[in-house]
Amino acid sequence: MPHMTPKERIFTALSHREADRVPFVLALTLHGAKELGLTIRQYFSSAANVVEAQIRMQQRYGHDALIGFSYAAAEYEAWGGEAIFVEDGPPNSGEPIFKNLEALDHLEVPRIEACPELQTSLEIIRQLKSRAGNGIPILGVVLSPFSLPVMQLGFDLYLDLLYGDRERFWLLMAANQVFATAWANAQLEAGATALAYYDPLASPSMIPMDLYRETGFKVACDTLKQISGPTITNLASGSTLGVIDLIAQTGTQAIGVSSLEDLVELKSRCAGRLGVVGNLNGLAMVRWTAKETEQAVREALVKGAPGGGFVLSDNHGELPWGVPDEVIGTLAETVRTWGQYPAGSDHA
Amino acid sequence: MEVQAFQSALLSMDRIRVGNLLKESLAREGRMQAIESLVVPAMQAIGTEWEQGRLALAQVYMSGRICEQALDALILEDGPPVATGPRIGLAVFMDQHQLGKRIVASVLKASGYRVLDYGQGLDAETLARLALADRVPMLMVSVLMLHSAMHLKELRQALGTNPEAPVLVVGGAPFRLDPTLGRELGLEAVGESAADAIKFARQYLGVPCPI
Ligand code: B12
Repeated sequence: MPHMTPKERIFTALSHREADRVPFVLALTLHGAKELGLTIRQYFSSAANVVEAQIRMQQRYGHDALIGFSYAAAEYEAWGGEAIFVEDGPPNSGEPIFKNLEALDHLEVPRIEACPELQTSLEIIRQLKSRAGNGIPILGVVLSPFSLPVMQLGFDLYLDLLYGDRERFWLLMAANQVFATAWANAQLEAGATALAYYDPLASPSMIPMDLYRETGFKVACDTLKQISGPTITNLASGSTLGVIDLIAQTGTQAIGVSSLEDLVELKSRCAGRLGVVGNLNGLAMVRWTAKETEQAVREALVKGAPGGGFVLSDNHGELPWGVPDEVIGTLAETVRTWGQYPAGSDHA
Repeated sequence: MEVQAFQSALLSMDRIRVGNLLKESLAREGRMQAIESLVVPAMQAIGTEWEQGRLALAQVYMSGRICEQALDALILEDGPPVATGPRIGLAVFMDQHQLGKRIVASVLKASGYRVLDYGQGLDAETLARLALADRVPMLMVSVLMLHSAMHLKELRQALGTNPEAPVLVVGGAPFRLDPTLGRELGLEAVGESAADAIKFARQYLGVPCPI
């Protein structure tokens, strides 16, 4: 098979065909700071840092996408919230901005242009596009209108809203949808090839499926229609098997799957409908030896690769800060060695 | 049978039925026995079913809340509680995510334990100081971020090893998704679900005194 560019590889795989090898995405969002010897706060403060590190790491490991995402709490900063930075992990959202449900009666949707953190993200995508050209896909991220409220209200108050006040729930969804659509389309316009639509609340580990069907499912169908580019729905490592049939109807192209579920079963349930992205356990990866890394990658390749429709990645969409460079190197080398079809087996 | 009825009333969020079943049981068996034979097994079963992927987290949270509220209402009807049972310190360590702590608090309270809530975002030194000053026999800690979990070693150290130091029980998503993490960090009592909060409380502190 002729050699493919990363973009051709990913698009072939997501069209449910076998590419020249299994594509892989390393979601190295935090490691760029180590790469440049900066603190995580310094690193994210300038687009040039992120672009430089993303390109260097892609050249070193040879993975098939560049990540335009900084951290989830940036969207929360757009809503007036605070992001708390630490030295050895991702920034987190601070206190919820809405202290009670009455606050939802007077919602004002933030403008993307008015948020410096989101502008930095757009600048990252623009510069990645101009430096990397068309051959490497650039992935952006948008939080689903249905999952963003965990930060806006706190998880407990959001569950109270979801169960107890449907009228205000839909008010919030309408506002979040305007925001998510504008944010997603701004990233596509800046040069993002596709977006990860983060919707962990869609997972059966989080809420019962009858509740999802009448809420988050409708929100996803409606929102994805208004996003003018391809999306990958990611449940942030929550279980997916029980919701695949619904997710397949939302208009998304692929699903990020959990390490707690079997790839063979996931592949067969998604066949022809959704690409499967996953499912190495990012948390366990922090302590993997070279041998364990190779084993885990080869097992995923054997199970996930047949017939295409599979992109190897972690189970969450972000490798934790503690994952050592050696593990990432071994992971990448194993895919390059064993990722050609028939992938993972002893043909090479 | 009765436990099943109680559990299904909780899961269908039928507050009236939950209240009635509790009331009947209290009248028949007294407070302590009602908690023992009805509330604890139902909360434990719900936690276990979540662990096994048969229930969603939202259901665990809502049933804990409903149970706690129903008990509060009945206890108020009966006059103020006489809280003499062991106090359990509870906190979110380093990070800000409070749902795990809230669920654990509901389950513990509904099972008859007193809870001393230290809040969230605490570092090792501060939390150890508070727990040691209050002489709580057990400190339960929830984390959501991996980097917070990694710093639990420092909390373990700050609590010290003398017999006065509280038993440290930890839980949260990183421990569930990586079952070997607790061992790596040298932590003995790691909870998979909120039901394990009851398990550890009973194992180390025994069954609580009447509330
Ligand atoms: C929903 C979710 C989101 C939502 C909302 C998150 C939130 N709460 O604010 C969104 C999309 C916003 C999100 C964003 C992010 N997330 Co997130 N998210 C999740 C998810 C799917 C569930 C988290 C959750 O809130 N669960 C609810 C709590 C209550 O569940 P729990 O902690 O498991 O608690 C239960 C038990 O563990 C137990 N328990 C808990 N504590 C205790 C204590 C004791 C003593 C006992 C006995 C038991 C016990 O009882 C509870 C009920 O039974 C998890 C993955 C997963 N499958 O769990 C990732 C996860 C928490 N996210 C993660 C990360 C990294 C992030 C981000 C930092 C990503 C980024 N770079 O921006 C952001 C930060 C969010 C923020 N607040 O700033 C990581 C954290 C681990 C790590 N890698 O460091 C996780 C674990 C994913 C992963 N596999 O790596 N996320």
